[in-house]
Amino acid sequence: MVRFLVSRGAQSLISVFGVMTIVFVIMRLAGDPTLLLVPEGSTREEIAQLRHQLGFDRPIAVQYGAYLWDLFRFDLGTSFVQRVAVTDIVGARVPYTLKLAAGALFAAVIVGLPIGIITAIRRGTTIERILMPIVLIGQSMPTFWSGILLILLFAVTLDWLPSSGADRLSSLVMQAIALGALSMATFARIARTSIIDELSKEYVRAALAKGISRGRVVLVHVLRNAAIPVITVAALEIANLLAGAVIVETVFAWPGLGQLAVQSIQGRDFLVVQALVLLASVTYILLNLLADMLYSLVDPRIKLYRPKQ
Amino acid sequence: MTAQPMSIAARPHRPRRLTQFLARHEAWPILPFAVILAAFVFMAVAASGLAPLEPTKQSLLSRLRPPGFTSSAGFVYWLGTDELGRDLLSRIIFGARVSLAVAFLSVCASGVVGTALGLIAGYYRGWVEIAIMRAVDIMLSIPAILLAIITVAVLGPSFFNLIIVLGFTRWPRYTRVAYGQTLGVANLAFVTAAKLGGAGDALILARHILPNIIGPMIVVATLEFGLMVLFEAGLSFLGLGIQPPTPSWGAIMSVGRNYVGTAWWITVFPGLCLFLLVLSINLLGDYTRDRLDPRSIQR
Repeated sequence: MVRFLVSRGAQSLISVFGVMTIVFVIMRLAGDPTLLLVPEGSTREEIAQLRHQLGFDRPIAVQYGAYLWDLFRFDLGTSFVQRVAVTDIVGARVPYTLKLAAGALFAAVIVGLPIGIITAIRRGTTIERILMPIVLIGQSMPTFWSGILLILLFAVTLDWLPSSGADRLSSLVMQAIALGALSMATFARIARTSIIDELSKEYVRAALAKGISRGRVVLVHVLRNAAIPVITVAALEIANLLAGAVIVETVFAWPGLGQLAVQSIQGRDFLVVQALVLLASVTYILLNLLADMLYSLVDPRIKLYRPKQ
Repeated sequence: MTAQPMSIAARPHRPRRLTQFLARHEAWPILPFAVILAAFVFMAVAASGLAPLEPTKQSLLSRLRPPGFTSSAGFVYWLGTDELGRDLLSRIIFGARVSLAVAFLSVCASGVVGTALGLIAGYYRGWVEIAIMRAVDIMLSIPAILLAIITVAVLGPSFFNLIIVLGFTRWPRYTRVAYGQTLGVANLAFVTAAKLGGAGDALILARHILPNIIGPMIVVATLEFGLMVLFEAGLSFLGLGIQPPTPSWGAIMSVGRNYVGTAWWITVFPGLCLFLLVLSINLLGDYTRDRLDPRSIQR
């Protein structure tokens, strides 16, 4: 277990390092990164001064080293647009996005899992034929459209919920549904597949042969075993929700990280954009690691560390 | 050659004609969606012939008119007009062209690059394999939409850059599948035979391995196609994709969002098209996967 943790941790570190390198390269794709950072309307002297101040006139290898060193110290720089440390700008938005992601995850689980379970147990019935299209629709709805439709219905027509803002819990409802729809479909599909797999196993037949009712077999035995893939997917879905927040937050004017990303691009505040990409990727890598660890805890049969043959 | 009689025996399962395809019971539910997809493709190809008006023609006298509005000249705006008095129907028809063109070209770009890298990694192994597959893992750990957003923001939004960015962001998906498939094929007897026969690596990859892995690659490409349509719309919605006045469904909806209380049609109709297109592609993709890869039917 310890060896597994160490090797998985090392892999994750390599991934984090790789992500940092890719972001470094992307920021230089268009040539001089100074031009991305200066406020619009700067004079040539100001640009040259900033280039020198930021060290972008140094050799690329030196810049790369300095960049990694800064990140290592959690120094993400100071925004030239807002004149505030990037960590402060990003940090102020984190709670909002976490709230949104939690709401969306809740909506996705509470709808997705029951659909998955029912469609697995009642295969080939009318209930399945009614529920499966819901999953498909959730999968194909662009969030910015479902979001606007929800606004149209609940805010404009019915006037039940506020269309934007972040001051009340009720303002979270629509966006959690819009953002959670895709994850709902994923949860339903994974739960369904996983339960169908389990139902065909010997222990289910044995339990049924002993006379245990079908409902009890599913509740007590099948669900527990079928939970393993669902847990793994859940960890990755959180990462997907954070990425999906970019569009949903723009639709609902929710002051989280996604809206910050879009505003920073429009305001040419590229240090903030860079920080957000790094933050999202590192979160994804950590959640992946967490999923692997959970996997080994939930299912003791899995020996995660196998010495090389 | 034991493979010969087997493949002949397997033949009858594959419908050769459309009529045979239609005779298959399980193909029926998918048909309407194939028709929808075909309709959108037709719309995209024949946009200039189908659209009643120029998609960029403004008419400030008929701004934000509801569907069915008839102008004083007797012209009927079937889906209404937008904030500059442009005909929404014409813009949606031309938007289909943008949407499908971006998705098609970016799937081609990422598919070709990704498959080639997967073939190379799976065939040559060694440090090439480690380098390529590590890069794949790292690329996949950056959320795709953010990677696309930052790249397009650095390069500047344009039709061409959008395809480059989507191609650059999505190749790892193909590489991962192509790599796994190549590993399974590269050591089979016919590859060894080709090597012993003196065939070069390029010939073996192109003539012997690629045809054997093309099925799963087509499945990945189909599923990616739907995603690329969504990505284009999403980026354009955020103002990072297709730039105005070129009509794109995402960009139309982004403007429409500001008029959602007064002019619902600007967001509802392009969104409906987007939804139907992506739904059709996803369903056809699932269907192709079940056909080409019977092992995954339960999934």
